[in-house]
Amino acid sequence: MVTATDPRQATALLETRGLTKHFPIRQGLFGRTVGQVKALDGIDLRIAGGQTVGLVGESGCGKSTLGRCLLRVHQPTAGEILYRAPDGTPVDLAALDEQGLKPYRSQIRLIFQDPYSSLNPRMTLLQIVGEPLKVNLGLARPEIEERVAELLRRVGLRPEYMHRYPNAFSGGQRQRVGIARALALSPRLVVADEAVSALDVSVRAQILNLLKDLQEESELTYLFISHDLGVVEYMADEIAVMYVGRVVETGETDALYARPLHPYTEALLSAVPDPAPSSRRRERIVLRGEVADPSRVPSGCPFHPRCFYAQDRCKTEVPALREIAPGRTAACHFADQLQLRGVGE
Amino acid sequence: MSETVLRVKDLRTQFALDDGVVKAVDGVDLEIGRGEVLAVVGESGCGKSVMARSILRLVDKPGRITGGEIWVRDPAGGGLVDLVPADVRTVRQVRGKRIAMVFQEPMTSMSPMHTLGNQIGEAILLHERVTKAEARERTIELLGRVGIPAPERRVDAYPFQMSGGMLQRAMIAMALSCNPELLIADEPTTALDTTTQAQILELLDSLRRDLGMAVMLITHDLGVAARLADRIAVMYLGSVVEHGDTASVFRAPRHPYTKALLGSVPKLGSGSRARLTPVRGMVPHAYQRPTGCPFHPRCEEFMAGRCEVTVPRPTAGPEPGREVRCLLYEDGGGSHKNAGLSKAGDSAGDGTGDSEGDA
Ligand SMILES: Nc1ncnc2c1ncn2[C@@H]1O[C@H](COP(=O)(O)OP(=O)(O)O)[C@@H](O)[C@H]1O
Ligand SMILES: Nc1ncnc2c1ncn2[C@@H]1O[C@H](COP(=O)(O)OP(=O)(O)O)[C@@H](O)[C@H]1O
Ligand code: SF4
Ligand code: SF4
Ligand SMILES: [Mg+2]
Ligand SMILES: [Mg+2]
Repeated sequence: MVTATDPRQATALLETRGLTKHFPIRQGLFGRTVGQVKALDGIDLRIAGGQTVGLVGESGCGKSTLGRCLLRVHQPTAGEILYRAPDGTPVDLAALDEQGLKPYRSQIRLIFQDPYSSLNPRMTLLQIVGEPLKVNLGLARPEIEERVAELLRRVGLRPEYMHRYPNAFSGGQRQRVGIARALALSPRLVVADEAVSALDVSVRAQILNLLKDLQEESELTYLFISHDLGVVEYMADEIAVMYVGRVVETGETDALYARPLHPYTEALLSAVPDPAPSSRRRERIVLRGEVADPSRVPSGCPFHPRCFYAQDRCKTEVPALREIAPGRTAACHFADQLQLRGVGE
Repeated sequence: MSETVLRVKDLRTQFALDDGVVKAVDGVDLEIGRGEVLAVVGESGCGKSVMARSILRLVDKPGRITGGEIWVRDPAGGGLVDLVPADVRTVRQVRGKRIAMVFQEPMTSMSPMHTLGNQIGEAILLHERVTKAEARERTIELLGRVGIPAPERRVDAYPFQMSGGMLQRAMIAMALSCNPELLIADEPTTALDTTTQAQILELLDSLRRDLGMAVMLITHDLGVAARLADRIAVMYLGSVVEHGDTASVFRAPRHPYTKALLGSVPKLGSGSRARLTPVRGMVPHAYQRPTGCPFHPRCEEFMAGRCEVTVPRPTAGPEPGREVRCLLYEDGGGSHKNAGLSKAGDSAGDGTGDSEGDA
C-alpha cells in the first residue's frame, strides 16, 4: 500500500537520465585536451512535483554542476533532462538550443549561495527583483512596482525598501531579496544551491522557515543543495547522495537517515555535529582522506579508497545504482548485507 | 577545575570610530583550566573574535582594551601575570610559549610565497634555540602529528597546493610549534566540509587528550561546541550571558538567547520536522546597543518596565559552575520571575522571523 503523499507516486516534474558533464582539461599554447574532469557521470535523478529533493555530498562531488545543468547554464555532455511542461508534455531540456529553452527559463530558477556577491550593488531592490519581470514579461513600470512590492512582502521585507540599494541590508535580508528575485516569474522548480550556508544560525533558520512557507503557498518544487545534513533533513522529502559525479544513494529522508544503505552516507551522517545532549557519546566514523579527484576517478567503486567495508571486488567492479528496497537505491556491492548506522532513535 | 591557564575578568574592548564607540567586548568573564575545552558560541557580531584577539593583545588599530584583566601563567615562571598592563616583551613571550591561535581562513595567515616548511620552521626558530636542520625535522614531525600524509614531502609544498582541510592542519601544526598550553581556535572549521570538520575536531580532541592542551573553541555552530567542549560560554553583544558545563546547558538552557539559539538548529534524526523556532530579528548594529538587557528587543520573555531598564547581573546556579545574566533569575524577580519561568517551558514562540525583514 502506498499513500497519496508517497513521493514515488507523485508525478515527476523533472527527471534526468544518464546526465553527464565533463569539463575538458586543456594545456599548452594550443589548448590541447589532456584529460576530463568528470563532474557528472551518468546521473539518474527524479524530482517529484511539489516536493523537496535534498542533494548532499562533500564539496567537489558535482552538486553545483548538476544544478547548473538543470538550469542549462551548462550544456550537458550527454544524457537527458526530461522536464514536464505545464501542459503535461515531456521536454528534453538537454536537447534544446537557446531559442527552444526560452519558454522554460522562467519556470526553473536559482537561489544563489552568496547574498553579498550575487546582488548588483548599483541596482535598487526594485531593479534587482523587477528585472526578470521587465526582461521576460515586458511589464511596464507601475505593474513592476506593484509586483515587486508584493514579492518583498512575501519574503518578509517592507515594500518601502524597494528604492534602497543592497548595501543597506544584512546578509539575511539580502538572501530574502535573492529569493524574491527567484520567485518573480512564478517558477515551478527552484534550485537552492547552498542558499543558507553563508548565514548565521538564527537567520538561517528564519530563511529555512520562509522557504517552507513559500513552498506551501505556491506548490513549489525545490532541489535543495547543501553540504549540511541537518539542514537538508529539515527541508527535504527525498535525498540523493552524490560522490564524485555519481548518485550513490537515494531514498525518502526519514528512512535514509534512520538506516543508510551506502557506506558513504553512513560516514556523512556520522560526521554531523549535533547539539543534542545524547549525541555526544555517539561513536563516530571519521572518514579518511578527501574526496577523489574527478579527473582521476578511482577504479571500481569510486569510494573504495576511503571505505571501511571495501573488499577486493570493490577495487575492480563498478557498483551500479540499484534498488535495494522499495523506494531505496544504493550503488554498493554490499548494500543489502551491511548493517549501517543512521541517526536518531 | 584543574590548574588555571587563563582567567579573564570584566574584559572590555572598544573601537572609537567617527560615528561613535563600538563596545565590542563589554565585560567578559571566563576561565579555562589545563586540558579543558571551552566553547564560545554566539551569532556573528557578538564579539567573539575581538575577545579572542584581545586575549593575545592583537586588537586592530582603532580598537583598544579599555578595562579588565587577562591572567595567564607567567612565561618567566611562577604564578600568573595580567596581560592588560604587561609590557610588549611579556606579551610576546606568552604568544611564543603559552598561547597560540588559529583562524577560520588558514590562507590569510600563511604567506603564499613560502613553503610550509619555511613558515613553520621560521616559527620554531623564533622560539627555540635549534639549527635549521633541527627545525625542519621538527616541522616534519609536527605535520605528521596533525595527520598530514607524507609530511617529509608536504614540508616543501606551498599553501596553494593544499586543500582547505590540509591547510588548517598545517596551521594547527604551526600553532603547536611553541608547545602552547592553550590554543585559541577562532571558527577553525567553519569553511570546511562536515567530514573534514570532523577530522579537525578529532585532531583537537586528541591534542587535548595526549598533550593536555586547553582549547578555546570559538564557533557559531552549536553542534561543533557540543561535540568537543567541556564547558560552554554563550556570548551576546560583548558579554557572556550564559555559562556552564556543556551537557547541562544544552539539556536545560536558562537564558532566553541560549534557548532560541538551540531552537534555530534542526535536531538530527528527529524525523519530526518540528518547525524551527529561531531568535527573532538579528544582532543590532554596533552603534545601536539596546538599553538595559542588551537582548531585550529580541527576547521572547521580555518583561516591560524591567528588561529595557536594568542591566542583568550574573546569577549563579542551579548547578555549580553555571551562571546566567537574565533578570528572570535575579533575586527579587518576584511575580515576573514566576511568569517568566512558566513561559520558559513552551520554548521560544513561533519565531516566524519576519521581524528580521521588518527591522
Ligand atoms: N566550469 C568548470 N570547469 C572545470 N571544472 C569545473 C567547472 N565547474 C566545476 N568543475 C569541477 O567539477 C567538480 C564538481 O564541482 P561542483 O559541481 O562545484 O561540486 P560541488 O558543488 O559538489 O562542490 C569539481 O572538481 C570542480 O572543480
Ligand atoms: N576593526 C574593527 N573596527 C570597528 N569595529 C570592529 C572591528 N572589528 C570588529 N568590530 C566590531 O566589533 C563587534 C564584534 O565583532 P567580532 O568580534 O568580529 O564578532 P564575532 O567574532 O562574534 O562575529 C562587531 O560589531 C564588529 O563590527
Ligand atoms: S562497493 Fe565496496 S567500496 Fe564501494 S561503498 Fe560498497 S563496500 Fe564500500
Ligand atoms: S533580562 Fe529580560 S530581556 Fe534580557 S534575557 Fe532576561 S527576560 Fe529577556
Ligand atoms: Mg557547490
Ligand atoms: Mg568572528
